[in-house]
Amino acid sequence: MSERPLLLEARDVAKHFGGVKALRGVSLTIRQGEIYGLIGPNGAGKTTFFNCLTGLYVPNGGSIVFDGAELDTSAPHKVAARGIARTFQNIRLFANMTALENVMVGRHQRTRAGVFGAIFRTPATKAEEAAIQRRAEELLHYVGIADRAQDLAKHLSYGDQRRLEIARALATEPRLLALDEPAAGMNASETGELRTLIEGIRKDGITVLLIEHDVKLVMGLCDRVAVLDYGEKICEDVPAVVQKDPRVITAYLGAEAQPAGSEVAHG
Amino acid sequence: MNWNTLKHDRRTLWAGYAAIGIVLAVLPFLVGAGLGNAWLRILNFAMLYIMLALGLNIVVGFAGLLDLGYIAFYAVGAYLYALLASPHFGLHWPVWAILPLGAVVAGGAGALLGAPTLRLRGDYLAIVTLGFGEIIRIFMNNLNAPINITNGPQGISSIDPFHIGNVTLAKPLVVAGITVPSLHAYYYLFLGLALVIIFVTIRLEDSRIGRAWVAIREDEIAAKACGINVRNIKLLAFAMGATFGGVAGGLFASFQGFVSPESFGLMESVMVLCMVVLGGMGHIPGVILGGILLTILPEAFRHAAVPLQQAVFGKVVVDPESLRMLLFGLALIVVMLYRPAGLWPSATRKRELQGGSK
Repeated sequence: MSERPLLLEARDVAKHFGGVKALRGVSLTIRQGEIYGLIGPNGAGKTTFFNCLTGLYVPNGGSIVFDGAELDTSAPHKVAARGIARTFQNIRLFANMTALENVMVGRHQRTRAGVFGAIFRTPATKAEEAAIQRRAEELLHYVGIADRAQDLAKHLSYGDQRRLEIARALATEPRLLALDEPAAGMNASETGELRTLIEGIRKDGITVLLIEHDVKLVMGLCDRVAVLDYGEKICEDVPAVVQKDPRVITAYLGAEAQPAGSEVAHG
Repeated sequence: MNWNTLKHDRRTLWAGYAAIGIVLAVLPFLVGAGLGNAWLRILNFAMLYIMLALGLNIVVGFAGLLDLGYIAFYAVGAYLYALLASPHFGLHWPVWAILPLGAVVAGGAGALLGAPTLRLRGDYLAIVTLGFGEIIRIFMNNLNAPINITNGPQGISSIDPFHIGNVTLAKPLVVAGITVPSLHAYYYLFLGLALVIIFVTIRLEDSRIGRAWVAIREDEIAAKACGINVRNIKLLAFAMGATFGGVAGGLFASFQGFVSPESFGLMESVMVLCMVVLGGMGHIPGVILGGILLTILPEAFRHAAVPLQQAVFGKVVVDPESLRMLLFGLALIVVMLYRPAGLWPSATRKRELQGGSK
């Protein structure tokens, strides 16, 4: 595994919210083509790390090198342009747009048409629109919800919404796809289908960063796993090793149960 | 009505367009002959309000940015026309130069006033834009000293009518043997520009830019994560909306021949917003309907209130102006209660509300 080239290297990424140190200098490396799991108890800082990585938060310290160059995380669209796409823990779709339109929005960054092109519908704009739609249809098919293309996103089932979010993220042509708890709220068969989907995405050459609570899914799917606890990385290794690490066991079993909502604020 | 089946039947579609075209073409003559010139003026104002409502619809309906100061851009367009084509400065620029300039200046003002509000949304955005709208009006009101630019509350009068070369709309035109009175000519001018704005809006809605606007309305954070430069796309919405306002303002100045700060108060902003919301936010036909109804109905009521009261009570009991506002408020409440998505919402919005009531 280690001969694979580096795709992302985070160095000492830190994020504070007032006195709360959500990330205390997290360093981790993701290699090209792997499925990298990020786990940890609620409030450990997993989603905060995602938000720092994708430009939604401005980190208080540290740096991220992506694909050989420093990643400018000052604005989310700059991160997306570099080839990092994400989904959200609490699904964020464009609820009143159709599934197809949701994915078409994902093509925004990779297309050019402006006001002039839109008004005069130049041949270039027409061709681009057709290509956007074609690609969006392909992606809906890819994630398995082609038959729901014309339904409003909010009317899709929970599992289909998760799929749609992944399709929309894929539409931005990412090299790294960051999934924030994609299996949350799914039943066993839906999780199984999700697993197949993620494996397929990896097979297509996209590196996957996965936050997940479903330990079985993480252990079965990920090549390597990092464990966060109280904003620090306490372990990073292949699943089999991580599972037996005493620090990890303490973090999970020693931590008191917190309400799931606390992660939205601190995570 | 099923648009898809209609679209398949092209002949029906074109016949429909032709019928609408004929109605729109003879409308001023029918209205002028049947109801008089006062109503023809109202019809012309309806066209201006359609342009304004469509402009605001880009900001409020598409991008979801609640703007309560939109009328400021109407004012910018109107004053620009007034300053560049009136005896006030002695300038008499040609229309073909002023109107595009008005559009550009208003668009610039839109982006400029939009820039500080980028991080705001909802109530806070509404309050700030309301403030900006008032600032512009107060500027117009007070920029008569130390240098007299806007002539203050007296406003600017004797503005040049719309004219290109020697052809002016101030006098009756003779086109192919038919005499077209001034009001009628303005009607065709406004209709033409309203159609252009409708066309532009439709094209924009169904484009990469239009999708980005709606995406920001639906979920700003997700839109950012999808790679949309939210700052630029929001500014573009403000600028595009303001552009339409600037054009409408220029036409207003040329049509009225007089502008004063009074015409650009908060109430006007609220009226245009009501047109958008009542008609059906984000749905172009709905917004057009809203613009027409909210221009014509209050006027119809104004004309009917006095004779009606005299017929029933033998004297005027309630001042028609206050009664008008009362009924207007009532109409707003009724529409919002029974048609919360507007009088003519888009199919999507309708589906959404039905889905929500399940």
